[in-house]
Amino acid sequence: MPASPESRNTGLSRRGKVPWSWLPGLPLRGIPEYLPLGSATMIVQAILFYIFAVVAVASGVLVVSARNPVHSVLFLILAFFNAAGMFILIGAEFLAMILVIVYVGAVAVLFLFVVMMLDIDFVQLRSGFVRYLPIGAVVGLILLAELVFVVSILGHAIAQQGVSGTVASATGGLPLTNTRALGDILYTRYLFGFQVAGLILLVAMIGAIVLTLRHRADVRRQSISAQLGRRRTETVEVVKVPLGAGSD
Amino acid sequence: MLIGLAHYLTVAAILFTLGVFGIFLNRKNVIIMLMSIELMLLAVSINFVAFSVFLNNLIGQAFAMFVLTVAAAEAAIGLAILVVYFRNRGTIRVEDINMMKG
Repeated sequence: MPASPESRNTGLSRRGKVPWSWLPGLPLRGIPEYLPLGSATMIVQAILFYIFAVVAVASGVLVVSARNPVHSVLFLILAFFNAAGMFILIGAEFLAMILVIVYVGAVAVLFLFVVMMLDIDFVQLRSGFVRYLPIGAVVGLILLAELVFVVSILGHAIAQQGVSGTVASATGGLPLTNTRALGDILYTRYLFGFQVAGLILLVAMIGAIVLTLRHRADVRRQSISAQLGRRRTETVEVVKVPLGAGSD
Repeated sequence: MLIGLAHYLTVAAILFTLGVFGIFLNRKNVIIMLMSIELMLLAVSINFVAFSVFLNNLIGQAFAMFVLTVAAAEAAIGLAILVVYFRNRGTIRVEDINMMKG
């Protein structure tokens, strides 16, 4: 289905050139400006979206159903990669990069570490898998039906409010790149939230360190404060030895 | 062929449901439960970003960043608790976690 002329015009008017772009004339949304937002680019976008969506959902299924938790973690990484692809497709490049760096680079690797570090009999952990399958399926299907119901109603409501069905703008309508637009509001209007996010990360870091730190009594380690706190009086003792008696 | 808001919301809904389903399915394995929670948070961020883009408002993306922050902190703390628990008890079976029951 080709885009209607109205949505094409609004789409084109929002895609301005970026004055300070790293490549002069680089279009904002990844689509060259001389190309009309026509059926070919639309079809490519749709195909990419469906690939990303299908792979993300399939890897989500495998996350919850894989036999080996290592495979679960790897499928979680795949799901995150595909979500990042969807973010790039929709124009939210900064969040896509954050997703890849933070999740794949940190959180998923943390999961992988823990899964491999703990020596657990995972076969035994799966023993209740079939027993919980029916109730899980029922709850999941009900939830999915509700969510799809809400999405369909919401889609109509938003369509009636005049929001175009095409990708509008990932920069809030500003002629900036996504990262710059996000930084513009994150460091001004949402500075407090940004600082609180940093505080949360600090608390999480300290909490994780404090939780996993342990002092083992059987390990000898250097205690610098004890070494520096030694005094001559408590370490060296002058003993007067009587002639021929020796000392102990 | 137009990819609209409803498409993204549907993918997010399916991913969220998979997260809930995974929590029900893996009632004994805390690690996969944590991964299911990550999946649900990912679905929520997809919702935030999709709404942000289609409603032409950047607040959604800022919130998605905060969601990512909290998810990372939660994963770190959760896994740290898991490691400590495994060190003390030698198991991570969920039904064995009843020390505070009294």
